Amino acid sequence: MELYQLTAHQLHEKLVNKEVTAREITESIYNRIEAVEKDVKAYITLTKEDALKQADKVDEKIANGEEIAPLAGIPIAIKDNMSTEGVKTTCASQILHNYKPPYDATVIKKLVAEDYIMVGKTNMDEFAMGSSTENSGFSKTANPWDLTRVPGGSSGGSAAAVAAGEAIISLGSDTGGSIRQPAAFCGVVGLKPTYGLVSRYGLVAFASSLDQIGPFSKDITDCAIALNYIAGHDEFDSTSANREVPDYTASLNQDIAGMKIGVPSEYFGDGIDQEVKDAVWAAIKKLEELGAEYEEVSLPHTDYALSAYYLIAPAEASSNLARYDGVRYGLRSEEAKGLVEMYKNTRQEGFGDEVKRRIMLGTYALSSGYYDAYYKKAQKVRTLVKQDFDKAFEKYDVLISPTTPTTSFKAGAKKDPLEMYLSDICTIPINLAGIPALSMPCGLDSNGLPIGLQIMGNHFGEEKILQVAHAFEQATDFHKKQASL
Amino acid sequence: MLDGYEMTVGLEIHVQLDTDTKIFCGCKNEFGAEPNHHTCPICLGLPGTLPVLNEKAVEYIVKAGLALNCEINTFSKFDRKNYFYADLPKAYQISQFDLPFCEDGHVMIQLEDETEMKIGITRIHLEEDAGKLNHAGEGIASSDSSLVDYNRVGTPLIEIVSEPDIHSPEQAIAYLKKIKSILEYIGVSDCDMSQGSMRADVNISVAPTGSDELGTRTELKNMNSFKAIEKALKYEPKRQIKVLESGGEIIQGTLTWDDEAGKTIPMRSKEEAHDYRYFPEPDLVPVIVEQEWVDGIEDSLPELPDARQKRYVEELGIPEYDAMVITADREMADFFEAVVKEHNDAKAISNWIMGDFSRLLNEESITIAEVKFKPADLAQMLKLMDEGTISSKIAKTVFEEMFATGKNPDTIVEEKGLKQISDTSELEKIIDQVIADNQSALEDYRGGNKNVFGFFIGQTMKATRGKANPGMVNKILKEKLEG
Repeated sequence: MELYQLTAHQLHEKLVNKEVTAREITESIYNRIEAVEKDVKAYITLTKEDALKQADKVDEKIANGEEIAPLAGIPIAIKDNMSTEGVKTTCASQILHNYKPPYDATVIKKLVAEDYIMVGKTNMDEFAMGSSTENSGFSKTANPWDLTRVPGGSSGGSAAAVAAGEAIISLGSDTGGSIRQPAAFCGVVGLKPTYGLVSRYGLVAFASSLDQIGPFSKDITDCAIALNYIAGHDEFDSTSANREVPDYTASLNQDIAGMKIGVPSEYFGDGIDQEVKDAVWAAIKKLEELGAEYEEVSLPHTDYALSAYYLIAPAEASSNLARYDGVRYGLRSEEAKGLVEMYKNTRQEGFGDEVKRRIMLGTYALSSGYYDAYYKKAQKVRTLVKQDFDKAFEKYDVLISPTTPTTSFKAGAKKDPLEMYLSDICTIPINLAGIPALSMPCGLDSNGLPIGLQIMGNHFGEEKILQVAHAFEQATDFHKKQASL
Repeated sequence: MLDGYEMTVGLEIHVQLDTDTKIFCGCKNEFGAEPNHHTCPICLGLPGTLPVLNEKAVEYIVKAGLALNCEINTFSKFDRKNYFYADLPKAYQISQFDLPFCEDGHVMIQLEDETEMKIGITRIHLEEDAGKLNHAGEGIASSDSSLVDYNRVGTPLIEIVSEPDIHSPEQAIAYLKKIKSILEYIGVSDCDMSQGSMRADVNISVAPTGSDELGTRTELKNMNSFKAIEKALKYEPKRQIKVLESGGEIIQGTLTWDDEAGKTIPMRSKEEAHDYRYFPEPDLVPVIVEQEWVDGIEDSLPELPDARQKRYVEELGIPEYDAMVITADREMADFFEAVVKEHNDAKAISNWIMGDFSRLLNEESITIAEVKFKPADLAQMLKLMDEGTISSKIAKTVFEEMFATGKNPDTIVEEKGLKQISDTSELEKIIDQVIADNQSALEDYRGGNKNVFGFFIGQTMKATRGKANPGMVNKILKEKLEG
């Protein structure tokens, strides 16, 4: 096995035992990038020079006999909507094509403190709006399992980078499924933590009440390690939870015997591909074999979640994206006389179609006279969706469903925005409720494409999710399958 | 004044709070620095940044609410007010829409005819201030480009919204002055209108006297001087009446006040008004304040102008009007009280404060904090008058010298030789000389023209350069002239 194929915990052991150097690991990653990036196009920006310097620093620490952190010397890719000091942060939008932030996001600060190695900034749907990474303002990312297919989105670059061996771990963000859906499509592990567990400071906002940062990894142990280092209260984020963060690796090996699993029937409806359903049911049976009990459960408001989401998220986005006006940073249209024309031309030239569509939707939903009928009603639906989950978690430790209705689709296959929106139907309710959910591979379909298993937990129930996921992973081989690129 | 019509005024007063740091970041809240000096990624609204509420700003608005007799909402939240402008880096202002910190308050105002009036306060909410545009060239219309200074962005701002209780320019000004006075008292703002830390949006409408409904209103934004507001309030209702009388309609909209021309100019109509698309700010959690904490703030409030005024009238026996003027300015009232501590004639003290002291402050345009002499010096000066060391006329000179130099009155009297002449034999000598020099006047007096007595007083004062003890001069002159 090549170094780029290993997990962070395997590499950490090799570093500590002085079997490899951080430089060797980093070079292995960039050699892999050299080989496959022209096909995958996972990255917008690569930071090789700094990465190698950082690797040498870690090697020096090891040589000096210093203790190193679990993520020290581990090459990690960052979605391009997280603020990185001095490194372009574009959100895959032309409107920020040249924007270099003067500050690091809180998650970046935390990883820097761990001596992580930033490989580069990954491609995404513009401002995280999309489910295929085809909405990038720069390039389209391909699925490493089948280059004619999409990696999912919006964190498609981060998912593809891990799946293709172009990073050991990566960070993405999830507003309606943007970590879990690409994780499912690319056959990797992706976790959307509880809203408030990971600081949003420095995450360029799409929909503030839904956005959450989370990790992609090759296995559950790496997911738990990464979460250990990005979770926690941040005084710069008022919505971050002020509570003790456990060691998420500690409970991984606990027995799941007696654990109660709910299987929400609404997530197995007509829109869900039969192969996906079968794989997920097989996984549930596997967990039963391991001692867990399962029961079908109803989350009656699931059907309304998508509509509510497409009012709330665009409403917040219309406000969050208003600041890109050409006045202070990013693109400024050359063709403008006067302030209003500058706004109009800059935004016309800088934003892609999907972003414009959502800004218009959101502006409309918040307009005087429509607010009560749309935004306010959507918030009420959101409360009902949340209550469904609250009720379910009174009885069950975790809920299990497919992550996506289908496996990865062909690039260009979904021209109708509504059709594209439907690919997030299993992930969106989770964001509305603010609960955590993880996607992990649970099989391949007849096209050889990965199928995602979604495990949902109660607020701050990440430990239980990881425990179930780890038990499933240890009992199966799905995580060992890698894209044959 | 407005024949057959009544005007109604609504005021939205914006006041910057004097916190050390800005409302949502750690930048200094300070006026007058180099452009864009007090800025950071957060107040510049850079992508990914988030606001964190400054607790001091909440304390200050609650303080203001309590001092203005408001109900304090223990559950409050922030909302986004969305609009595009170059001075607003996020293209939305974090403000409060339906759950402000303070509601349903009032202040009492006093008018020149000494009547009292209650003006209702609908609400007070907390928000962030915007930046400032500096237009190259003459003005916004002719300007090629504009520079933006974001120092002011994120200054905590409260907006105080009045009920439609105000019906004259005098009431409006009295209300504004009262609000200013109270906020200065509680120390939440310097309310310096020239620096923009207090400014007002003024709504004006007229309706036939006795009508139940208000007329269509026009709004003057960002007024920052009492004089301009007063002038505008005298002008705009008359303009509106003229429009109505000639069969026209008032167009609801925003006007600007052209101070030089002395008239209002239309800016934009209601149709062009912004739809601010308010919605709850998802980056901040609702603010829940404990009643106990509110009670603690209430207990810590200083004596407010109304209470102080009442005390001055009842306990110190000074006239109502004097008490009102002195207590309107906390520094002035503090100065007055410091003198009262050292001298028991409050009426005399208030006369000096209201008279020469205020006049000199105005002439030199300085604040009380910049005054060179101490309250004890004024008390000492009054003591010198009581003792007969100086006359009231000389006291004026001494006071002006104190004001100019900050020297104490004893030193001034000593250095300038201003001590009153109260020595009988010395005065007799001087008066003898005055009489000797004015024989014809003496004859007039003795001939029955008692009016020339005043002339002799004047001549004696002239000879002593005002220092003669007036009582003694009076007595001695009378004896000598009667012969």
